[in-house]
Amino acid sequence: MVQYVWLVLLLPLLGFLVTGIWRNRLSKTAIAMTGCGTVLGSFLVSCVLFFQALAPGFRSTQVHLFNFISVGTLQIPFDFQVDQLTLVFLLIITGVGFLIHLYSASYMRTDAGYGRYFSYLNLFVFSMLLLVLGANYVILFIGWEGVGLCSYLLIGFWYDRNDFNQAAKKAFIMNRIGDLGFLIGLFLMISRFSSVSFGEVFAQASALGTHSGVLVAITLLLLVGAVGKSAQIPLYTWLPDAMAGPTPVSALIHAATMVTAGIYMIARSHVLYSLAPATLNVVALIGLATAILAASIALKQYDIKKVLAYSTVSQLGFMFLGLGVGAYGAAVFHVMTHAFFKALLFLGAGSVIHALGGEQDIRRMGGLRRKLPVTYWTFLVACLAISGIPPFSGFFSKDAILAAAYREQPLLYYVGLAGALMTAFYMFRLFFITFHGDFRGTEESARHLHESPPAMTIPLVLLALLSFLGGWVGIPSSLGGKDLLGNFLAPVFRGGPAIPMPVAGGNTDLVLMIVAAALSIAVVFWTRSLYRQYKAETTPGRGLVRWLEHKWYVDELYDFLFTRPLPRLSNWLERHVESPVIDGAVNGMGRMVQWGSRKIRLIQSGQVGLYIFGMVAGAIILFLIAFFLI
Amino acid sequence: MGTVLLILIPLVTGLAAFLIPGKAAKPWALVSSLVTLARVCLSISGSVHGASGADVSWIPQLGSRFTVGLDGMGLVLCLLNAVVFPVVFIANWKKDYERPSSFYGLMLLSQAGMMGVFTAMDALLFYAFWELALIPVYFLCSLWGGDRRIRVTFKFFVYTFLGSLLMLAGIIYLYFQTPGAHSFSYQAFVLAGRALPATVQGGLFWLFFIAFAVKMPVFPFHTWQPDTYEQSPTPVTIILSAVMVKMGVFGLIRWVLPVFPEGVAHWSNVAMILSVTGIIYASVLAIRQGDLKRMVAYSSIAHVGLMSAAIFSHNPIGLEGVIFQMFSHGITITGMWVVVGIFESKSHTRQIADLGGVARSAPGLAIAFMIICLGNIALPLTNGFVGEFLMFTGLYQFSPWAMVPAGLAVILVAVYILGMLQRVLFGKPGEHTQGMKDLGTGEYIALGILVVLIIGFGVFPQPLLDLAHGTTASLMAYF
Repeated sequence: MVQYVWLVLLLPLLGFLVTGIWRNRLSKTAIAMTGCGTVLGSFLVSCVLFFQALAPGFRSTQVHLFNFISVGTLQIPFDFQVDQLTLVFLLIITGVGFLIHLYSASYMRTDAGYGRYFSYLNLFVFSMLLLVLGANYVILFIGWEGVGLCSYLLIGFWYDRNDFNQAAKKAFIMNRIGDLGFLIGLFLMISRFSSVSFGEVFAQASALGTHSGVLVAITLLLLVGAVGKSAQIPLYTWLPDAMAGPTPVSALIHAATMVTAGIYMIARSHVLYSLAPATLNVVALIGLATAILAASIALKQYDIKKVLAYSTVSQLGFMFLGLGVGAYGAAVFHVMTHAFFKALLFLGAGSVIHALGGEQDIRRMGGLRRKLPVTYWTFLVACLAISGIPPFSGFFSKDAILAAAYREQPLLYYVGLAGALMTAFYMFRLFFITFHGDFRGTEESARHLHESPPAMTIPLVLLALLSFLGGWVGIPSSLGGKDLLGNFLAPVFRGGPAIPMPVAGGNTDLVLMIVAAALSIAVVFWTRSLYRQYKAETTPGRGLVRWLEHKWYVDELYDFLFTRPLPRLSNWLERHVESPVIDGAVNGMGRMVQWGSRKIRLIQSGQVGLYIFGMVAGAIILFLIAFFLI
Repeated sequence: MGTVLLILIPLVTGLAAFLIPGKAAKPWALVSSLVTLARVCLSISGSVHGASGADVSWIPQLGSRFTVGLDGMGLVLCLLNAVVFPVVFIANWKKDYERPSSFYGLMLLSQAGMMGVFTAMDALLFYAFWELALIPVYFLCSLWGGDRRIRVTFKFFVYTFLGSLLMLAGIIYLYFQTPGAHSFSYQAFVLAGRALPATVQGGLFWLFFIAFAVKMPVFPFHTWQPDTYEQSPTPVTIILSAVMVKMGVFGLIRWVLPVFPEGVAHWSNVAMILSVTGIIYASVLAIRQGDLKRMVAYSSIAHVGLMSAAIFSHNPIGLEGVIFQMFSHGITITGMWVVVGIFESKSHTRQIADLGGVARSAPGLAIAFMIICLGNIALPLTNGFVGEFLMFTGLYQFSPWAMVPAGLAVILVAVYILGMLQRVLFGKPGEHTQGMKDLGTGEYIALGILVVLIIGFGVFPQPLLDLAHGTTASLMAYF
């Protein structure tokens, strides 16, 4: 059955082609059926594969399609690899992806670009699946760039709007900066190992042993790519702008596809990373710094999607922290639970925006609890999950990361915990401002308030269930659980060298967990008292608040450093180098020849005396040369 | 004989085109180019059983023979040459040029010249074809070009011709170094060149390199190009940039690398610095070009700079990438020009600032343009990725210090292409693009073929790579 894994890919590809080519001929229903059906089909195939993998004796399998590139010593086959890590990602991508497709079918119903939308969406899923299925870094990179392209197309989906196009371009270019690092890493890998296949590279790397300079270089370069794709410092600023696309697209980018690619790539390369502890430290520090920075920005944002976007950046930081302390399984666990509650949060936000006719500013919301009951309750579940309140899913996954961080270095834990508490704060600030208090919008919009249709609320309910229950597959032994997910993934991560971990007693873990949970609950209640009866602030903040509202002025800094100087450099080169110097030299040479010929022409004056003089002088010179030199 | 036919078909039909009535010239040229294409395909399928060359007496007094042959690289380029011409004719089917008989006749003559360049195995013959390819283009530019055509064509001609003369001097010098009764044959040149002392090889390297560098063009020999591309009629621009540029790249691989190995080794650092500088320089300049033709021109200079850098990386993977990229660059840039030509004829402007909202008014054109641009950005699963990936791999193995700066192009190409797309395809339609008609039949077919090639060879690059492999393998034997 594993041989048929290409079906998982083929279905969304067909969906892309059908909805793309016949986007104007097919009815909207047919387009939605095709778009959703193909992803559902992929999900079902993934489920079958998953259940096969549960059986004992399942081993990582390679499926060969054809030879992509074969040049001399460099062989790049178009191969897929199916193992536990891939399967978990397949389920997340197709499962959550399907729910987002289903939701979109209703959400985008009135949009003129319905077919185009679904074809991009299917292509997005296809690219992400290719990324996690590839058996070597080049196939992974194909998917890697594919999701970059799809995010570009979808962020700029409403292409009439210039600012949306700007956001799309920003996303693509920032990803490209990361991609260059990734590519250089690949070239270094090829020059050292003559291979890009996971198995071959890992085997040769293991032979090099720990602390090899090459491995540190390769892992750092690959990390640059991951930082771009997974929106970490310093390449994170594209993700908050990426909300320009339709809201379900944000759900897809933030939850099921795209940003988790960096986490996947590092988890996939865990053999290399574990052999390069120096890089792992960098990963942990970048993750922690991003988690804190993004959480601090989210505290003071007023756009519902912007809060969620910064929360994604922050949560991805936690995943990086997990990877950096060698807790690959915990990071993947958090990818999964995050996919559930972040998809839910964005779809819930979409439901709110839909009900308010496009309003995204939470200062003009409030009191939506009664009008949007399903959205309200499901949103609450998601907030509880992301804030790490037990027994919601985020509690277990975030705690697995923090516990691992504690074992590595208690300071990492304390800073991480601060980030987690900030998460609880900004999420419930958003929650209370949006759903509680009095409605602060116009009367016109108050009259139109309505709950979304079932096609949109059913995915919400399903995702709420997953956000609630999803963490139970990873209940650690210290809580009497079996850590099913961890055990399922264990064969993948056992492949590398074991990272020596100081074994913390179950009691320490338990204490940490209780402290984190108790503090989070306290923060939720504090937030409730602050924002339950929210009145819109009118004065802009001062001091630190001002910096937070302006996102630490990082966008402005990048504008100043890169965005504006580059066109200026281009102009300068055109004006001061290209035309005067380089072309000037060419034209100058031409002019010199013309000038010279004008001068030399004067010699041809018709005076015979001059000619004779020239002739005699020439003869004498020739004679002298012949006499003295030869 | 098959190889000779590749030259003869466009040569004879090209000459005949001058005699037939104007109305028939267009179909005549199309049929001719299709026959040539069929013949190239036959050659490729036949190459499995060994290539068929020809070797006849030509100028016995000088020891120059009409020797033509096809190796893998030659086949790849003949295929490119044979694909581009019919596509150009189809894409411009609706356009009527003055004096069509001469126009299409000159086009076909140029094709014949280029076929000769890619097959000649005799240095004098190579030179003859090199000029035969150039001269028709000179007339095409100066007779059918834009307002500034005379001045620009003059510069183009003098510049490239000066380069050619240097090469001719080099050829003649090398001819007198050939052992025994002097000969222009490729084998004799390889033997004679390699036997020369390193300093002489170095000098000869420059004579040839400048000729090829002007044609490609390599920084800083490039300033004729944006002007010429801008002023030429679109079909001629396509021929220039899609195929003729490759004559320079081809020349470096065929006539420089194996002939002056020590000269190359001695000067490759300089050539590398020029190439890499050119990549960054042209990429940055492309950002602020307001005229689409000039933007594509600078983009092409950047792409060709990478090819030239990869040539001097002395690496079989990089070289194979160059040969592959010659084909895919030709296809992609043909697409770019075809689209620019469509903009010009439908919205009567090439200024990026005047366009906008094309995705709304002409979605078919927008989709094709988007795919072509993705090929230009070298996104995976387009043909551009394969060549670029292999070239960068080779370049990295030469030196990371060359690869990393050259790699900046990966980011810069996204900056200028996406910036252009944003202003051309997206936004609201302006006065020039309002109510713009979508693709006509000919344009549809031409762009369709190109898009299929871009994606087809992006997913299945191996057949072309296999062709290229023969050439790189025999070249590496010389190093």
